[in-house]
Amino acid sequence: MGRIGGTGMTDLLFYALSALAIWSGWRVFRVDSMIRATFALMVSFTSVGGIAVLMAADYIGVATVFMMAVEMMVMGLFMVMFMMNPAGLNPMQMVHQYKFSIAAGVLGFVGLATAVLLTNFPDNPLPENRDTLRDLGIELLGGSMLIFETAGVTLLATMVGAVALSSRRGRFGDSDAGAAPPGLHPGGEPAGRKVEKGGGHGGHGGHGGHKMNMEKTKQDSSDDPHKGHGNMSETEA
Amino acid sequence: MTLTAILIVAAALFGIGLFGALSQKSFVMLMMGLEMMLNGTLLAAVGFWAFTLEGAPKGQLLAILVMAVMAVELAIGFALVVAVYRKREADVIEGIGTMKQ
Repeated sequence: MGRIGGTGMTDLLFYALSALAIWSGWRVFRVDSMIRATFALMVSFTSVGGIAVLMAADYIGVATVFMMAVEMMVMGLFMVMFMMNPAGLNPMQMVHQYKFSIAAGVLGFVGLATAVLLTNFPDNPLPENRDTLRDLGIELLGGSMLIFETAGVTLLATMVGAVALSSRRGRFGDSDAGAAPPGLHPGGEPAGRKVEKGGGHGGHGGHGGHKMNMEKTKQDSSDDPHKGHGNMSETEA
Repeated sequence: MTLTAILIVAAALFGIGLFGALSQKSFVMLMMGLEMMLNGTLLAAVGFWAFTLEGAPKGQLLAILVMAVMAVELAIGFALVVAVYRKREADVIEGIGTMKQ
């Protein structure tokens, strides 16, 4: 693989992969189908992994590609579950505060690019014959083992948290039984509006997958408009 | 391929991600914006390691930590999306207006 300061081939590959990463990254938010957006994001990640390989970070590059391939498959699954617009058959424009977002994005890019261009970075490139893979292995299981293991424990905590958040029932009843937003003052009313309006579903069709809890919600909201929060209002009764 | 070029590409990816995270209504698309920002961060971390650290392996460790952050963000994000949808039938940001003070 090409090393730092290599031939024009490395440069050419770098510019091609950069263009691909940015273009596919842009397509993520422009395509009509969320599945296509997922795959565009995967192409962007893969390009970044390729650039990392070009920079002799072989392990990081390959790990990025593998990890992102799996991650985007999971993402695609969730896209199907929460999809607004199956297969991108209709134009989809699901955006808010559009001009502000464009301004923020452009401002972020310009600010960071200016900072990059104005900063005088140290120039200590990777030595030509350094075994980066061996270095990384020694570092992970040597000097920085605590950091590495902390990342592992964090991932374990993430798994527990994800299961706890997404589980419907625990051994002792609903997982969120007794949960209620805190009052603005002790014993007072919780903050915010009381009744949720259906969640801004207008403006796009195709809600085939959204029928799981419909009946339950209808029951909940029919008896009392102030109990539109589902189970959350159990404690108030 | 210079450090400046890599950092500018990273800045572009970050800017696109910022735009996506701020503009998208759907929770999952918002998370794709966050992922895109982390994508730029990962590229910048690897670039700094390759051009300014003389190959010190701690730079690669930082990149691995960025990847761990990506995984954590994705897992917890999807769990939150599922929990919010189950509770409030909301799959867009406007659906959880009661979280406003």
